[in-house]
Amino acid sequence: MSQINKSAKQILAPVVSNKRVGQYHQIILNIGDLAAVCKPGNFVAISVGGDTSKMVLRRAFAISRVSNSSTFGGTMELIVAPHGQGSKWLCAQQEGVMIDIVAPLGTAFGIPTEPVPVLLVGGGYGSAPLFGLAEVLNARGCRVDMLLGASTASKIYAPMEGKRAVNSMRIYTEDGSMGQAGRVTDPIPEIIKDLDIAVIYSCGPMAMLSAITKISDQFGVVHQCAVEESMACGIGICMTCVLPVENEDGSISNLRSCIDGPVMDGSKVQWSQVGTQL
Amino acid sequence: MTSLDFSTTIGSTWFPAPTFTASGCASSGRELAQFFPLREMGGIVTKSVMSKVRPGRPTPRMAETPSGMLNSIGLQGPGIDAFLAKDIPYLTEQKARIIVSIAGETVEEYSTLARKLRSVSGISAIEVNISCPNVENRGLVFACDPEASRRVIDGVRRTIGGELPIIAKLSPDVTDLVSIARGVVDAGADGLALINTVLGMVINIDTMRPQLGGKTGGLSGPAIRPIAVRAVYQVHAALPNTPILGMGGISSGRDALEMILAGASGVSIGTASFGNPKAIMSIQNELKQLLIDRGFTSLKQAIGYAHRAEAGSTQ
Repeated sequence: MSQINKSAKQILAPVVSNKRVGQYHQIILNIGDLAAVCKPGNFVAISVGGDTSKMVLRRAFAISRVSNSSTFGGTMELIVAPHGQGSKWLCAQQEGVMIDIVAPLGTAFGIPTEPVPVLLVGGGYGSAPLFGLAEVLNARGCRVDMLLGASTASKIYAPMEGKRAVNSMRIYTEDGSMGQAGRVTDPIPEIIKDLDIAVIYSCGPMAMLSAITKISDQFGVVHQCAVEESMACGIGICMTCVLPVENEDGSISNLRSCIDGPVMDGSKVQWSQVGTQL
Repeated sequence: MTSLDFSTTIGSTWFPAPTFTASGCASSGRELAQFFPLREMGGIVTKSVMSKVRPGRPTPRMAETPSGMLNSIGLQGPGIDAFLAKDIPYLTEQKARIIVSIAGETVEEYSTLARKLRSVSGISAIEVNISCPNVENRGLVFACDPEASRRVIDGVRRTIGGELPIIAKLSPDVTDLVSIARGVVDAGADGLALINTVLGMVINIDTMRPQLGGKTGGLSGPAIRPIAVRAVYQVHAALPNTPILGMGGISSGRDALEMILAGASGVSIGTASFGNPKAIMSIQNELKQLLIDRGFTSLKQAIGYAHRAEAGSTQ
């Protein structure tokens, strides 16, 4: 077995900036040399609440983008929705505060060796890591098209600068309050046919990932999805974040989404068996 | 530089430090090895392994609670054969001291597991986990039944012979912990691991059903620490010559010292590693300093120190 999380380190990272962007916070951390080893799809586990907190577990967040070129040295961008106690605490941290992080963790999106057409599909704030991914794919010469979906306009995360690396970006909301009314999965079959899509990259709620897998299986398209399961540790020791995944021999095992994910082959995940007794 | 003898012994086995992982909280070591060399702690207690591959319970398996968490993993694991083929060689190569934790559904399964371990080199002790709360039938928690506990330990002792120390891991969810501890020691346990998680439940107020897939789960973390300290104190008072591996919410050197003073010969760190992968290293360093600050020249002097007679007492 290869070494687990071989680039991961636990460091104290200062907050460089914390800005509210609609319903979300864009938080930039200075992570120094670690930026060089973070890949699109990797995540970070963050200690929340301070030393005397009653919250004993780290929170896992997708790394939306890293940068080596800024005046602060290496930085990491996170897009955080202040939903629970931990994310609210993180969103309240001001510039200069030191944050205890462990990163980079988990698997990364695989980048095609050839410049093939690819489709990126994001649900809600799950779309955040797709923009960093789009830049990498664009640099590889891939044609990158993007679909973003959410229940309503306020839950769409689509920064202006995110459009630079994509050929097209279409937005779908279930209530029609932004972009087209409907589900983000509706146009996928047409796009696969029209653009000869080779790989779908997705990030978002389980129901969306499951629906995309049905389509990708039907068309024989590779589907790399980043899953979200609740985690206690993020480093592979607690065994809480498992998903049923088909092994090479056809058997099914509960695999840790922190070690064998978050990026998984959608066609191998047994979506209908999630939450059931194997 | 004040010198401190930090070593401890469990049965016939010597460990250079009294700090261990807690079973089920460190898998088989590879994950933590990214953060510190495994040989630098007292030893690793591996995740309880059963005879066969076991998928564990359905998700959700975790719920955070104030100063703690519930887990409902259900002993997911690769089975003893894969464990012996892959994990023991790795840990041996890392020069880690290894305590293998075993779990079974029947008395015979424990003996079968012990038989497979008997000829394996590089193992320092066996933990017999008879108290995992995440089983379908609470009647199967051996550690809730004095007679069943005795039979499991007796079976393992007969199989393993006198060579490897046996540590029995007990549950705090019993009326009379001391009598169960006495029973397993009489049956051949060399040491005790106290405590396993405490059975608990969280109800999701949106779905209005139990949060965990397995409905109930084991509570761990600082929330249960006083229960663990009490359990160790009571058992040490009754069985002062039986080494105890104390665990339950230890997150700092201060917490580790408290457990040692209560009567533990060593401490296991579990949930704290989830929040801080290097927790065991910092707890170890803090504990050393706290012992030195209090004038102890060896860890052993501090074991059970909270039980000493009060000044002027006639006891």
